[in-house]
Amino acid sequence: MAGSAEYTGVDFYDVDGLLSEEERAVRDTVRSWVDEQLMPVIGECYIEGRFPRQLIPGMAELGLFGANLPEEYGCAGLNNVAYGLIMQELERGDSGIRSFASVQGALVMYPIFTFGSDEQKKHWLPRLAAGTDIGCFGLTEPDFGSNPGGMITTARETADGWLLNGVKMWITNGSQATVAIIWAKTGDINDVNSIRGFIVPASTPGYTGKDQKGKLSLRASDTSEIHLQDVHLPKNAILPKSGGIKSPLMCLTQARYGIAWGAVGAAMACYDEARRYAISRIMFGKPIGQTQIQQQRLADMLTEVTKAQLLVLQLGRLKDQGKATPARVSLAKRNNVSAACDIAREARRLLGANGILVEYHSMRHLANLESVYTYEGTHDMHSLILGQEITGLGAF
Amino acid sequence: MKIAVCLRRVPDTTAKIVIAGSGTVIDETGVKFVPNPYDEYAIEAALSLKEKAGGGETVVVALGGDAVQETMRTALAMGIDRGVHLHGTPSPDGLENARVLAEHLRGAGYDVMLFGKFAVDDCGQQTGAMVAELLELPCATAVTKLDIAAGRATVEREVEGGIEQAACALPAVFTCDKGLNNPRLPSLKGIMAAKKKPLEVTPVAPGAGSVTVAALALPPERAAGRIVGEGAAAVPALMQLLTTEAKVI
Ligand SMILES: Cc1cc2nc3c(=O)[nH]c(=O)nc-3n(C[C@H](O)[C@H](O)[C@H](O)COP(=O)(O)OP(=O)(O)OC[C@H]3O[C@@H](n4cnc5c(N)ncnc54)[C@H](O)[C@@H]3O)c2cc1C
Repeated sequence: MAGSAEYTGVDFYDVDGLLSEEERAVRDTVRSWVDEQLMPVIGECYIEGRFPRQLIPGMAELGLFGANLPEEYGCAGLNNVAYGLIMQELERGDSGIRSFASVQGALVMYPIFTFGSDEQKKHWLPRLAAGTDIGCFGLTEPDFGSNPGGMITTARETADGWLLNGVKMWITNGSQATVAIIWAKTGDINDVNSIRGFIVPASTPGYTGKDQKGKLSLRASDTSEIHLQDVHLPKNAILPKSGGIKSPLMCLTQARYGIAWGAVGAAMACYDEARRYAISRIMFGKPIGQTQIQQQRLADMLTEVTKAQLLVLQLGRLKDQGKATPARVSLAKRNNVSAACDIAREARRLLGANGILVEYHSMRHLANLESVYTYEGTHDMHSLILGQEITGLGAF
Repeated sequence: MKIAVCLRRVPDTTAKIVIAGSGTVIDETGVKFVPNPYDEYAIEAALSLKEKAGGGETVVVALGGDAVQETMRTALAMGIDRGVHLHGTPSPDGLENARVLAEHLRGAGYDVMLFGKFAVDDCGQQTGAMVAELLELPCATAVTKLDIAAGRATVEREVEGGIEQAACALPAVFTCDKGLNNPRLPSLKGIMAAKKKPLEVTPVAPGAGSVTVAALALPPERAAGRIVGEGAAAVPALMQLLTTEAKVI
């Protein structure tokens, strides 16, 4: 039966030996949680196009939200490698669940922690860590994806606060969020330096979130359009330390870091499934794993999984030393997501007809990873970021 | 209420076991070790008894070398308050290990002493009961229900064809079976807190005892399964094979 044998990860280069006892313990806890809580329901959620909301309290109880933020705000205070391992294990289950945790932690809690006032931090962070509030991050607009600096959502200062108008699109958690971090221009529409972040409770009049229908990818994740029509906010809704396009990009660097780890998890799941299938599926009187073509497939997959694992581990160590520059994060996001897409596709093919069924996981991962390839900076945009880093010449 | 959980470190049940050159122990390189799964029921029982009582102390006690501390920290991460590491090499003779444990538990003021019903590596199924005997305390093995009220314990045990209910006064020893509870996962905060919890190390020297391991052998490999078909259509072929080939019907 698909997925019945227990998942034990993939570790060809004794990467475990490079992890601390706590890092391994964190990984094992999340792995067990995914086995027990997520795997039994993910197929059904995916088919029905529904995020498994019932899992939010359990995720919060384990401490999965904003796990690398300090304990004083109700977070676990983990290092960045342990945080990355959480993302890896969640995405082993499903990219949509990892997306949920990425958004809550890196795109909602992180900006409040980094750009927020003490009051904002004290009010929001414990509630977001506990999952009693769900957040979303509104940067992308219908006409501004790869170039978010071009946004046309505005925040105009009024006598007693702010007035927001605009449309955000492709917003993860958009419909179920109780609070949104919205990025808007406070000055001239051509002035990227006037971009500021705002904390917008979803209950504010004029704010509406609408599910985007027809997705063939990330189906177990909520992706929504957010309309902001004359949304009045108090003065203290602005994130005081945010300023310019650099602020949302700093958030994206955090999220991309987690995605680079997450992609490894999806790749490990697909490789593991392909390996088991190759050994057990008999065709022409022998296991398909005993043919040179399938062995090469598996060898390629294992090689790419191993490279990706080592890449993110070193990136995590660098991040803990404050040396994970945006370009270094770009390299890992670009490489690992692309490798994971290839691995998922090859795994799906190795599985033959069974590979298109939801009982197996590779095709779900494959479809999901196409979103991951596009969001948080498309693969192409990361090529351009690296290209600029290498040559000093911007080619956007 | 003071509760002890005696914990054993065992290879993960999914680990691939290789026998070491000596032929009497397993090769531990690359093998992942975990708390004995039945001991996890004991840990959960200790935590929920304390939660229900609204107070008390839970202590994890483990006999073994340095490596057992990582296993103990899993218990601490799940919420056990502190640890006592009886540092020494366990004997292949369960009685010797029971003596060491009993020596520590005696006079330490525990009301409830919990064990797993057996360790999944050697399946000795004796330590808990032996400790109770050495301490001259009541013991119920393989409990699937454990309630404490007014200094007394009531337990349920699954016996052939039914459920046995039993009761005893505290202090007492219980060994825990599957079905007793659903062990919680250690939370991330719990994992971080585990490092900071007290873990006292006491050197011990279990006696040699009268049991030695002569040899270890892996079970014979199971032949690959065969799929004869799917659904109702497969039944006749399956019946045929079960009668003529497997000869079980
Ligand atoms: C499932 C999902 C969830 C998302 N969640 C969020 C969220 O929570 N919050 C949020 O703000 N956004 C979110 N996004 C939006 C995402 O970040 C954008 O889709 C992404 O930035 C790409 O923008 P676009 O779709 O407008 O593509 P475009 O920018 O229109 O790009 C189209 C194509 O052109 C290429 N391209 C663009 N510019 C150049 C160039 N200069 N040179 C060469 N090629 C170029 C791109 O690589 C791509 O192949 C999500 C997207 C998806 C699919």
